[in-house]
Amino acid sequence: MLEDVIRDEGGRVVATLIRLTNDFDLAEDAMQEAALAALEHWARTGVPDNPGAWLTTVARRKALDRIRRESTRLKRETASTRLLDEPADPGSVSVHSPPDELRLLFTCCHPALSKEAQIALTLRTLCRLTTGEIARLFLVPEPTIGQRISRAKKKIATARIPYRVPEDHELPERLTAVLSAIYLVFTTSHHATEGRLDARIDLAADALRLARLAARYLPDEPEVLGLLALILATYARRATRLDGFGSVILLADQDRSRWDHAAVAEAAGLVESILRRHRIGPFQLQAAIAVLHGLATTFADTDWPQIAELYGFLEQVQPTPVVRVNRAVALSFSEGARAGLLLLDGFTAAQRAEVERWHLYWSARADFHRQLCEWEKAATDYRRALDCAINDSDRTFLRMRLHEMTVQTPMP
Amino acid sequence: MPRYAALIYEGAEAAEQTTPDQWATVMAEYNEFGANGGAAGVIAGGEALQPPSMATTIHVSGGAKGGDVIMTDGPFAETKEVLGGFYLLDCKDLDEALKWAAQIPGAWRGRVEVRPVVDFSGE
Repeated sequence: MLEDVIRDEGGRVVATLIRLTNDFDLAEDAMQEAALAALEHWARTGVPDNPGAWLTTVARRKALDRIRRESTRLKRETASTRLLDEPADPGSVSVHSPPDELRLLFTCCHPALSKEAQIALTLRTLCRLTTGEIARLFLVPEPTIGQRISRAKKKIATARIPYRVPEDHELPERLTAVLSAIYLVFTTSHHATEGRLDARIDLAADALRLARLAARYLPDEPEVLGLLALILATYARRATRLDGFGSVILLADQDRSRWDHAAVAEAAGLVESILRRHRIGPFQLQAAIAVLHGLATTFADTDWPQIAELYGFLEQVQPTPVVRVNRAVALSFSEGARAGLLLLDGFTAAQRAEVERWHLYWSARADFHRQLCEWEKAATDYRRALDCAINDSDRTFLRMRLHEMTVQTPMP
Repeated sequence: MPRYAALIYEGAEAAEQTTPDQWATVMAEYNEFGANGGAAGVIAGGEALQPPSMATTIHVSGGAKGGDVIMTDGPFAETKEVLGGFYLLDCKDLDEALKWAAQIPGAWRGRVEVRPVVDFSGE
């Protein structure tokens, strides 16, 4: 409970401290000390009415202490003035100035930093993960992540990457990286590399918070609202994605009464309003697809023709093999498994080399063969899928399917 | 009088492994050159650059002015284009420097690498 409050507020406090001190490490250390103080103090007195302001005040004092201990006089005076001058309550700062967290997000996702550095820095500063946690999420050695983050911080300081939300005309080239980072935080929350797939579902709340923040400040950008709608509509199904053993429950078998229908409705409203602006982009299309799934009262009621069509548009703006595979699955439900197989047969040699490493490609093919009662071909493809699958829950499911094929008594 | 640019190439990795003593020697040698060149009125300007890891590269796509600006983290590494000149830009931050860099014709004819210069004032 206390940890949740600190987590919700932590990113914002760090963002404010970075703006005031220009020093990522100092801001993180000060926030860490403030969090420890809060846990101790709040356990006795209860959580204050405005925990964010409490944390900001304490973290600012901790930062000042450090500056006084460690810095040269000149630096001490400029930083101290800024730390002391600003009110602790964010409500009293002008409503027109962009929120610090959003500024920090644009700084972390600046194109002068590599993609890997952008996401590591975002998870470190805005989601408050340790380098060890980030390393485990991406299956990379911890020193590599540590070095990636410290180099990125050094480049921000040395090359003077500014701390601001870009102006409107710069947004097209800057927004994509920010939206990808938020979405990657969200997908990571559903694909933990250790334990159950949803072991890091806590990160979904961070992604949702950042998407809401971006949507509130940039309401004229349809892709921002599209991302928010996509996260809402997907997160709405979180309670039914996995069973008690952590195995994946297929969309067809999920208990739809346990979906978060209010979240789906919010996403549907967003999608309706943005599609009217005719500035289509990948997040809007994916959101529209997720909303159609969310609105279907049963699996059989799903509007597959429209979903297949939306995947067709998505493939035009984002021509990746993954999109093609999803489109083939949707097409198989609207026009039959043969149509799905035909679409997958259309891959070029280069694309095939890429998708053949991916278990969902093989399991899609296998499913199509199964629906066409081609048991042997289905079994062969389930075996290929098993070779590519990396997590236990996928493997358990594929083994079950493979077993069904070998005894030739497929479930409907 | 004709003007020439002297472009200094040194090992990129070496800089990060240099000991303080070695740095002192390097600085003394450069200071000596600076003093001699300055006294002779030869040196019109010059800067030390931050390492390539601090670089950002700009390209304006489409081969003409007004195309999309594409930024890449890191230095320019192609070998077909050659260093053809340089500007020193006084800007408040990287975004302002990149905005100006994207207006240099080299950005659509080739690439422009933006690298911060070393600040010796000791912040």
